[in-house]
Order: sequence, then structure tokens, then C-alpha cells
Amino acid sequence: MNNRNNRFLAAPYLIWSAGFIIIPLVMVLYYAFTDFNGSFTVSNVTAIISYVNIKALMLSIAFSLAATFMCLIIAYPLCLILTTVIKNSSSFLSLIFILPMWMNSLLRTYAWQNILERKGVINGILAFLNLPLFYIINKPPAILLGMIYDFLPFMVLPVYNSVSRIDKDLLNAARDLGADPFETFLRVIWPLSLPGVISGITMVFVPSLTTFVISDILGGGKILLIGNVIEQLFTQDSDWNAGAGLSAILMVFIVISMFITAKYDREDIK
Amino acid sequence: MKTALGRIYLTLVLIFLYAPIATLMILSFNSSKSRAHWGGFTLDWYLGLFSNEEIMDAFRTTIFLAFLSALIATVLGTAACTGMQFMKRRDRSIIMGITNIPMLNADIVTGVSLMLLFLAARVSMGFTTVLFSHITFNIPYVILSVMPRYRELNRSTYEAALDLGAEPLYAFFTVVLPDLMGAILSGFLMSFTMSLDDFIITHFTQGPGFDTLSTKIYSEVKKGINPEIYALSTIMFLVVLLLLFFVNYKPWVKKPAGKIIVTTKTQVVVTSGKGGS
Amino acid sequence: MKRRLFSVFICALVPLFLISCGTSESSEKDDNTLYVYNWGEYIDPEVLSMFTEETGIDIVYDEYETNEIMYPKIEAGAVNYDLVCPSDYMISKMIENDLLQEIDMEKIENRANIGEDYWKNSEEFDPGNKYSVPYVWGTVGILYNKTMVKEKVDSWGILWDEKYKDEILMQDSVRDAFMVAEKYLGYSVNSTDEDELQAAKELLQQQKHLVQAYVVDQVRDKMIGNEAALGVIYSGEAIYTQRENPDLEYVIPKEGTNVWIDSWVIPKNAKHKENAEKFIDFLCRPDISYMNFDYITYSTPNIPARELIEDEDIRNSPIAFPVLSDYSLEAYTCLGEKADRHLNALWREVKSY
Repeated sequence: MNNRNNRFLAAPYLIWSAGFIIIPLVMVLYYAFTDFNGSFTVSNVTAIISYVNIKALMLSIAFSLAATFMCLIIAYPLCLILTTVIKNSSSFLSLIFILPMWMNSLLRTYAWQNILERKGVINGILAFLNLPLFYIINKPPAILLGMIYDFLPFMVLPVYNSVSRIDKDLLNAARDLGADPFETFLRVIWPLSLPGVISGITMVFVPSLTTFVISDILGGGKILLIGNVIEQLFTQDSDWNAGAGLSAILMVFIVISMFITAKYDREDIK
Repeated sequence: MKTALGRIYLTLVLIFLYAPIATLMILSFNSSKSRAHWGGFTLDWYLGLFSNEEIMDAFRTTIFLAFLSALIATVLGTAACTGMQFMKRRDRSIIMGITNIPMLNADIVTGVSLMLLFLAARVSMGFTTVLFSHITFNIPYVILSVMPRYRELNRSTYEAALDLGAEPLYAFFTVVLPDLMGAILSGFLMSFTMSLDDFIITHFTQGPGFDTLSTKIYSEVKKGINPEIYALSTIMFLVVLLLLFFVNYKPWVKKPAGKIIVTTKTQVVVTSGKGGS
Repeated sequence: MKRRLFSVFICALVPLFLISCGTSESSEKDDNTLYVYNWGEYIDPEVLSMFTEETGIDIVYDEYETNEIMYPKIEAGAVNYDLVCPSDYMISKMIENDLLQEIDMEKIENRANIGEDYWKNSEEFDPGNKYSVPYVWGTVGILYNKTMVKEKVDSWGILWDEKYKDEILMQDSVRDAFMVAEKYLGYSVNSTDEDELQAAKELLQQQKHLVQAYVVDQVRDKMIGNEAALGVIYSGEAIYTQRENPDLEYVIPKEGTNVWIDSWVIPKNAKHKENAEKFIDFLCRPDISYMNFDYITYSTPNIPARELIEDEDIRNSPIAFPVLSDYSLEAYTCLGEKADRHLNALWREVKSY
């Protein structure tokens, strides 16, 4: 049979991915290691150690670690509750998390300005109740909140997936063997949900590390993240080499997270 | 007790998720153009929306772009999955590795890399470049949705069809494709949603006279958003809400339907770091 | 192995080929159009449809927020705009880098409506008035809320007053932000002296903890909404904001400020030069110019248009039409690409401080 020839059905996609995934990434590396005249240099990449860039990178890492941690803290109990409390929780879950995506994410982030502003929704309510007002707009907590809001679904969905697959019999067995709920969680639920947690972490960490929109909209232009620096290098300085140099640094983080994901994927299959 | 606590927690998360959406909906009825104060109830923005050519253009572009890119991505992705079934294991895992790149890569790097490609190729930026970029980040969603279904597929039915004398193509369309349909559809829907919500990649690959809703909103954020955009978003949101409601709770079907949502679940899980921002 | 490499190579070429075919087709189709790239909220939309009605020329209209965002798009050449409206210093930069083509002034029959003074001012960045036609002009100053700021505002120094912590809105564009610090220090707004720039940078860094947000056009909405007490803003916004919130007042600080002109220019790679010239001529008509003034409230250099303003207060307003000799005003000039990037880098140092 001519079955083997069927594999050429994948050819269009291969062509596509070579042209639009591989080559563009090679171009980033090419621009990163050349200067304006096209001769080799490492200065675009080593520019990361300048005060502004390293501070932006460190801030981004700090923000995305915090956002990832907070997403996990919020998502994990949510998933446990969903699997135990709600009937038919999977369709409920996809409904509530997919639905917001149909309202533009920039618009949703922007709406937080309205909510958090000094004359905004929350302060309006607080003022009405004669409570002290709180100002976090244009400050780091607002950016963190924006990141948690935007990326929470990427934590909830994988964690939910692995938690909901845990066999109920296992939990009953643990209880029968005398484990208290805390022990059951620590020894049974947590280890079994780890693949979901890991993939959730990589899915939240990368976009919050590289965002420039959230800091733009909720940070009042006062906090410069590495994404902002890159965006400005491209759109304002039109210094593609410098922009590509910093993008190449980001690619390192992305490669690391790909390795982690790949590792856990393989263990999942086992 | 535990259940009650659980419900309270759930409610808090729901408020967190939907507070901005509620805010936008309320603003769409605010007669004051400045979002700073409430000027009274009005439907003007809804009426004005349909004669605002700029917004309607951006809306049409967004929908057309999302539809076309999702469609092309679905065809390419499904073909690729089919082809991969006939490959050696090692080749297949290399391709899957490449497929993972756009999903795990940061949007800003993807956007920048495509921009550099288009600039180097001296292509003038516009609808085509954005379309190609969207197809690129959409294909992985289709593949990651269809591939697992292929794994579960019972191969013997296809072979039985061949043994009974069916042409391979005919056998594929009558035996294999119907089984895949759910996964393909959910891949398409996922692509469509992702394309609709993308900003960063579009931002780097767009050209003159070209705006999607996202890029339009981004430039308006800096000067104050036209409330007609709130109105449009509210309409879109409600339409999808109704659609999902009917798909999920078809009162006239006994068996819980919701095929789309159920399959959405498995494939949403592989959704990875693709957000608008 | 070799064969595989070769096939990868072919794979890579096909998409490039595809996209280049795809776009070359589409860009040559419609000829009776005009691609305009203008500042946000910088024209009465009615004017665009009137032009299309009168001439049958379709307008594709795009907006940008700052000169710095606009420039790379024109420079990259991937974008073929026919008409752009940059500010003075940006025009001289574009002339220097050979991005503009001369306008056929004979075709701009209404050019005589533009006041003599403005043509003369334009000579600073466009010697001989070959490349640009003035569109609007104005100053940069401080907008403050009378209920929140009780003292007399007449100096940039108030933006460094601890009393107004978190009540200050600064401009998020490099030149304007540095202008404020440079003028306060008594330097030229076009300084390239490293010591002066460093001093200005440090001054801006000291100010940062007082600033509520760095924004561009949002100053307007935030000031109207009483979100802040002081904001750095273009004079053109003053009339509109006062109309919306009577507590607001605009001043030109005594240390002086930047006076700017935004003018229409035609990029070198424009494909519809004649349409562009028709549009410029159309905009120079007094009635059209007046419509635009009424809509955007930025000062117009069009003398007969100013006569059409019915409200006497506005026609003689010292905000909209200040007597130029009363203030120490300075226009931006082009600093060159190297100095620009240096300034951008300094600005990032301020922002990351």
C-alpha cells in the first residue's frame, strides 16, 4: 500500500513552520549578533547588564514570580473546590474561563483602571461607606493584579485537568488507611497534580515575564519592564539590533521553560 | 460548612473575573463620554456604533481575520496531523517540538521575529502579514487539539473500510473524519478565539490603514476610549454567552450535549501562554 | 543528508515567495486613494468625508501618538503614507534623512491664508518652505485645577513641589519631558551638552516619586475627571478641557517653553502625491480650517479662519493665540539620530529610576 506517501500531507505545515517559525527566530539571533552594518558583535546582548536593562529584567522576573505564585495560590483551592462541590464542573469551568476571552483582553485590563482609580469604582464604594480610600493604580500592586487577572486561566486549566483526573478511590484508600485530610493532600493529591502545576507555572511565568501591555496600561508609565524596553527599542528607537539582542535573552528563559515542560510531558506519558 | 466556604471562594473568584466586564458593560450605557463620571443612562453608543465606520471596519477586519486564519490553520493543521500518523516516531516528535515553539514562546518574541522576517523580505505590512502571523500561531492549537484524538482513534475501522474495497480518500472522509470532527471543530474555535484576542503579534506586524479591534483599543487607551467600543464589546460578549448557553443546555436534547465544551476542555488545557497581553 | 538540507531550504523560500506575491497585488489595485497619517484626534472626521465627497478620493486614515512612534514607520518604508503631519523638529530630521519630497506650492492655491509669521517660523526647520505647510501650532504649558492648587502657578518649579505628590501628570514623550526640566534649569530645549542633559535627567529622576503617571493624551481626561491637580499639556487642549471642567486653568510658565508647529509633509515613497496636494489645499480653505479648529481646539495658523471664530473670548484668547513676543519661546530642532537615541536611553533611565 502507498501508506507512506500519506506523510506528505504534513508537508504544507512543515514548509509553513520552517518559514514562519524557524527562520524568524534565526533572524532574531542574526540581528542580535550583528550591528547596524551587519558585522558581528555581542554588544546588543551584553547590553542587558546596563543598569536600565538589568533592572527591567530583574523587575520583570520579580513580577512574574509573584504573579505565578499568586495564580497558583488562587487557582489550586479553586480547582479542589470545583472538583468536589460543582456537578459537571468541567463545562462550568470552561464556560467561566473561556467566556471572558470574548471581551478584548486589553479592554478588560483597561477596565481595571476604572475600578482602581482614585475616583474609581472601588474608591467610590469606600468613600460611600466612609472607609479610608486606597490608591494602588500606577503602582506595582496594580501591575501585579493585572498579571494575575490576565493569566489566571492559564494556571487554572492545567491544574484543574490534573486534579480532576485523580482517582477518587485513591483518596478513599488514603482515608481508610488513617491519613488525615492534610496528609492526604500532601502525600496523594499534591504529587499527583504536580504535572499540571508545573505546566501552569510555565504558562503563567513566560507571558508575565514578557508583557509590556499591562505595565503600560496599569503602571502609568512609571515602571519599565523588559517587555517595555524591547517594545520601545523596536517602535521608537527603531534599533532592531538592540531590540533583537534583548529578545534573544528572553529566548533563553523560554527555552528553559520548554525543557521543563518537555520533561514533565514525557513523565506524564510514562 | 466546607461546601459553603467553597461556594464563597468560588463567588469571590467569579467577582474578580467578571468585575472588569461588568464595569465595561455599565460604561457602555454611560451618557458621559468621559469615563470619570456617570452622566445618566443612554443607548446612544449602541445606536452610534453602527454608523461609526472606523469601529465597524476594525470589527469586520477582526472577525474576517479570525475566521480566515482559523480556517486555514485548521486545514493545514489537520492535514499535518494526518500526515504525521504515517511518520516515524522520531520525526513526529521533532515536528511536535516545533509546534510547541509558538505556544511557549513569548508573544513579543514571536511578533518581533515575524516583523523582522517581513522587513527582510521587503513585504509591505498589512492584512496579509497579519493573516500569515495569525495562521502561524493558530496552527499549534489545531494540532494539539486533533493529535490526541488521532491517538484514541481505532485504526481497524479505517483498515476494514480499505479491505472492503473503499478508496483511501473515501475511507478517510467517511470513517476517519467524522470521528475527528469534534476535535477539529474545537481546534477551529480555539484558533478563532485566540486570533480575536491577540494584540501583541498584530501590533508588530500590522501596516497602514489596518486595525483590528485590539490595535484600535490600544491606541485609544492612550487618549480615552470611545464608548461605542464598550457597546460593541458588550454585544459580542452577550452573543457568545447566549450561544454557549444554547450549545450547553439544549433543552430539547436529552443527553447532555455540549460536545464543543467537553472537547474544549481537553484542548483548552494545552492552551499555554497565549493571552492577549 | 544533503537532500534534506535542500528541502528545508526550499521550504523556507516558498512562504517568502507567497507573501511577496500576495501583497504586491493588493497594493497596486486602488489608485484614487490617499493614505493620511496624523496625530490622534487631530481632524474633524466630517472634513474627511467632505473631501471624499468633493473630489471622489478615498482617504485611508491612521493615527499616531507621538512623533517618535510615527518616524520609524515612515523610515522603514514598509508603509506608504502620502501625507503625514509631524512636528517641526521631526520635519527637519525627515528632510535631513531624505524622507520627504518637495510640495508643489503652486498647487496649494489657498496657501496665502496661512499667516506670514508661521511661514517665517517654519523656515527654522524647513528653509525655503519647500517641504511643509503649517497645519496647527501651539505651546506646552501647565494645566492645573484651581480647587486643588491655591497658589499662583507661573513656574515649572511647581512640578517639583512635594506638596503635590501623586497629583502631577507628566508628558510621556521624550522631548517634552526633557524640555520641562531643561527650561526649568535655564538650558536650551535643544541642548546636546552632556552635562546639561545629565542634570536634566537627574532633575526628572528626582521628580519621579511625585509623579502620578506619565501619559500622553490621557492628561486631558484625567484632568477633567479631577484625577490630578497639575498636568503638562499642549495649549490646544486648554480650551476643550476648560469647556468640560471650568476649574481648570492653563499657564505658560515664566521660564519659557516650547513653541511648536505641526505641518503637512509628503513622504518620499508616497504614491498619490497629487491627491496629497489636493488635500493640503483643501485643509487651507478658511471654512475647513475653522471646522478643524472648532473640533480639535488647537490654534490655527490660518488667518481668515481665525476671523470666522464667533466667540470673541476665544478669538482673542491669550491661550489659543498668545502674542509670541511676550514669552521666551523656543522651537525644537532635530538633534540627529545619535542624540535622539541617547535621549531615549536617558529617558528610559528616568523611567526605570
